[in-house]
Amino acid sequence: MQTRSISEAELIARIVAGERDLFHELIRPYERMVYLTVFSIVRNETEAEDGAQEAVINAYRHLSSFRAEAKFSTWLTTIAINEGRKRLRKAKGAAEDSIEAETDEKEGDYTPAPLTDWREIPLEALERKELREALRKAVAELPAIYRQVFTLRDLEELNIEETAQALGVNPGTVKVRLHRARIILQKKLVPFLKTIAPARKGWFGRAL
Amino acid sequence: MKLDCKHVWEHISEYIDGSVDVQLREEIERHLEHCEICSAILDSTRNILILTADDRTFELPVGYSERLHERLAREIEGSEPDLKKK
Repeated sequence: MQTRSISEAELIARIVAGERDLFHELIRPYERMVYLTVFSIVRNETEAEDGAQEAVINAYRHLSSFRAEAKFSTWLTTIAINEGRKRLRKAKGAAEDSIEAETDEKEGDYTPAPLTDWREIPLEALERKELREALRKAVAELPAIYRQVFTLRDLEELNIEETAQALGVNPGTVKVRLHRARIILQKKLVPFLKTIAPARKGWFGRAL
Repeated sequence: MKLDCKHVWEHISEYIDGSVDVQLREEIERHLEHCEICSAILDSTRNILILTADDRTFELPVGYSERLHERLAREIEGSEPDLKKK
């Protein structure tokens, strides 16, 4: 009788049927995801935590309306996104928000930065704190539409379909935004990668 | 058909995700074999994604989980059906 053997669907059914405390177990694997989703929108730790709590409480209250055909993670992500957006609107009022890119129409330069004097980053270099910081900063600076797609897809590892569904856009849009987000980050981080890069051939394999 | 670098860059994201078709993938791989620049771009982009997925990069506030479950416990307590009070 291990917890492991209870499927998510079963867990949900039991909670809806009255074993409410099991909601703690249901939500545990997704805590991180909920926080990061809200954070990707509000970009403030306190707001993100409050929002994440609110989203989880909302999910709890509305669990009986969750449909089994959907994926719980996608449903929960949608709730987190809505909570984040609500908070952002409140915080910013009507102003300022429109400054952030909301469309993909703009033709930007989305070509990656070439690395001429660099081949592979040694794995231990990825352990460096500065690189993590630079990455966090670069992600925070992404235009909102790119940041949100990137967060769902590459941080929370939702697939293209799930990301599209959660954000209410089509999969093609997700792919375009994801591509641009990755290229922007690659460009921004190249200077950091270069400084830590004594070339060592064949270290980093192709496999992700 | 021979691919140029720009063409490879346009598909780099989908290539990483494994969502390009077989033919394009083969063309990209042939290009990568002899193009140091594209290989470096691919590796650096991949490394960024590895770093992104690493839990230590995007950390949660200390005590986040505890506070969340406390709040949830209060909610669950408060939403208990009335029969408990009888």
